[in-house]
Amino acid sequence: MNANEPLLKVEDLHVEFPTEDGVVHAVDGVSYEVARSATLGIVGESGSGKTVSSLTTLGLTRTQGARISGRIIFEGKDLLALSEAELRTIRGNEIAMIFQDPLSSLHPFFKVGVQLVEAVRVHQDVSKKAARARAIELLGLVGIPDPNNRVDEYPHEFSGGMRQRAMIAMALANEPKLLIADEPTTALDVTVQAQILALLERLQSELGMAIVIITHDLGVVAQVADDIAVMYAGRIVERSSAELLFAGPEHPYTWGLLKSIPSLSGTRKEQLVPIPGSPPSLINLPSGCHFHPRCPYSQPDHARIDPQLKPVPGEPSHGVACLLEPSVRQRLWTELGDGKTPEQARASVGLPEPQEALVTASETVGDEPEVGL
Amino acid sequence: MSANDAFAQRAGQPVGVEREELPGGTPASSGSDEPLVEVRNLVKHFPISRGVLIRRKVGAVQAVDGVSFDVKRGETLGIVGETGCGKSTTARLIMRLLEPTSGEVRFDGQDITKLKGSRLKAVRRDVQMIFQDPYSSLNPRKTVGATIAQPFVIHGLNEGKGERKRAVQELMETVGLNPEHYNRYPHEFSGGQRQRIGVARALALKPKLLIADEPVSALDVSIQAQVLNLLLEMQREFGLTLVFIAHDLSVVRHMCDRVAVMYLGRVVEIGPGGPLYDFPRHPYTGALLSAVPVPDPRLRGEEPHLLSGDVPSPANPPSACRFHTRCPKAQERCSIDDPPLEDKGTGTSAACHFPLTREEVAQIGVRSAR
Repeated sequence: MNANEPLLKVEDLHVEFPTEDGVVHAVDGVSYEVARSATLGIVGESGSGKTVSSLTTLGLTRTQGARISGRIIFEGKDLLALSEAELRTIRGNEIAMIFQDPLSSLHPFFKVGVQLVEAVRVHQDVSKKAARARAIELLGLVGIPDPNNRVDEYPHEFSGGMRQRAMIAMALANEPKLLIADEPTTALDVTVQAQILALLERLQSELGMAIVIITHDLGVVAQVADDIAVMYAGRIVERSSAELLFAGPEHPYTWGLLKSIPSLSGTRKEQLVPIPGSPPSLINLPSGCHFHPRCPYSQPDHARIDPQLKPVPGEPSHGVACLLEPSVRQRLWTELGDGKTPEQARASVGLPEPQEALVTASETVGDEPEVGL
Repeated sequence: MSANDAFAQRAGQPVGVEREELPGGTPASSGSDEPLVEVRNLVKHFPISRGVLIRRKVGAVQAVDGVSFDVKRGETLGIVGETGCGKSTTARLIMRLLEPTSGEVRFDGQDITKLKGSRLKAVRRDVQMIFQDPYSSLNPRKTVGATIAQPFVIHGLNEGKGERKRAVQELMETVGLNPEHYNRYPHEFSGGQRQRIGVARALALKPKLLIADEPVSALDVSIQAQVLNLLLEMQREFGLTLVFIAHDLSVVRHMCDRVAVMYLGRVVEIGPGGPLYDFPRHPYTGALLSAVPVPDPRLRGEEPHLLSGDVPSPANPPSACRFHTRCPKAQERCSIDDPPLEDKGTGTSAACHFPLTREEVAQIGVRSAR
């Protein structure tokens, strides 16, 4: 195995769910790589396909009747081509996952220790006693005080932060090479969130595992991710290192996200610029660029042409799927950075107004994306 | 005349006049200088009972334990704190949705904790609430029109034929909904639009005070900003006083004139947003502000100042200063002597014997203080 090979390589992944109302295009052609010991942050709103793409990596969408195409190469093996039995030797062993809600991810009837022992013994041929010793060691590793006694407690006796630590301990049971963390801190308070993020960073440097962290919070990815992929309506619209993404974002959707969050050090005077409309239905995706109905800079041909993820000139690792000219994008971002509204920026760059009137907040853009998972 | 102007006129507000801002960020009051809401030593203990046939009280969850603050006319007061700190209970006490164990809530000069019947109903007209979850706070079997008209039904307003519908449609237009969607059901709207319906319902009676309990935390980022802008716009237009409860410190800073930080049923620090975020005095406020992830990867290398452990149970809170079990600056005195909430000379009032210094604020990496 070549050490320079990425640990995980997702190529042109499509995941579709046939439903009564039509086919839900949850993931619509996504490609990304995760290097060994690196952290990839996947950012997006609800219904952007960020969770489905990761569940598919673990084969967890197979039972949902999903139609999957593309390739997911992990350590040289195509996970999509493996049988369920083969996949089971990887899931929870080489690739582990932690979920948003730690309470519903732990079984309420079983002691935390019992659940940890099970996770260890599924993949390792060890005695119950050895597995229990490992469980105590893991609880200590994730910072649970007094693990010798805590191991015999039930999940309801743990606080929210401790439950998430227990989940992380379970995920680490077999020293995975890749940890997928789906909104690991969304249900937690801010001080507990800081503890969990610090824990993930410490464990990564100690154990050398790669992490894919899925979140809607740009603050969280800025803090922990090396690389960031921004997803919108089943596609990656921008991909880059964390530094480049925050220093010079290229996609109008990324701009929209950054402009709609208030800053902690900002004053009351700054105006938030929301993205008009709401995310599209995944059953009936907009033609061309999926973002064009909400984009203040969209041009007539953007409804026809499908943008590909292409490198930004001069920044080969920074990819963006946008049909605007790179120079125009750069000028637009400069104008926005000066505090102009999207309309003012568009005017001073000399872009014509979008032909179809932009959707306003009072109009429904399709239905709410509802992906039953 | 636009629908908005018509609405504002009926609400007794001058049309087209923006609320002035006084120096120091305090908004001009729309009437007397007396605060709209005065909360004094408010206490709410929920009993914990045991036993099947004979219930006996074995303890109490001290959800709110001696909270005092004012809400000035026309301002936005933010209440922040973590799960279980009592911020939502405080809001429900101000609404009189809960009976306080002791203490006073004076609204417009009158103590509402003892009111009954029609006098309570009259006060309720002036205080309205927006809830966190736009899905469960709307009746799925009622049309949007009927939901927004419900306050009129309760208070017997706009009874003429067609009048009610017209009033509702004006409200819908005011909050940015299409008035033609009057007969639609909540499931036909997206999350952000549902929250607009909640805002329209809350504004129907032209309240003096609007309490927003986590109004945007269930919404996606891009939709969040739409609702925040709507609230600011409505506040300007109708001269509302707003109590804004949230756990997101950036959102609170954006929305609020003054901020109260709560921990385990007490207010530990209160003051105008600027001083509170730039120079927090209470170590808990400092810890909160240093824990917020900031969308700037250049701040990554800095270790956040982590609080150890979890929030203690409100059924059995620590003695004296409730934060002393987790406070990095705690000394013996903190577990014996309860610190009063007092002016610390830097713009905020904090309940702490050993408030943070400028050096400490810089050292713990308070991310709003740069």
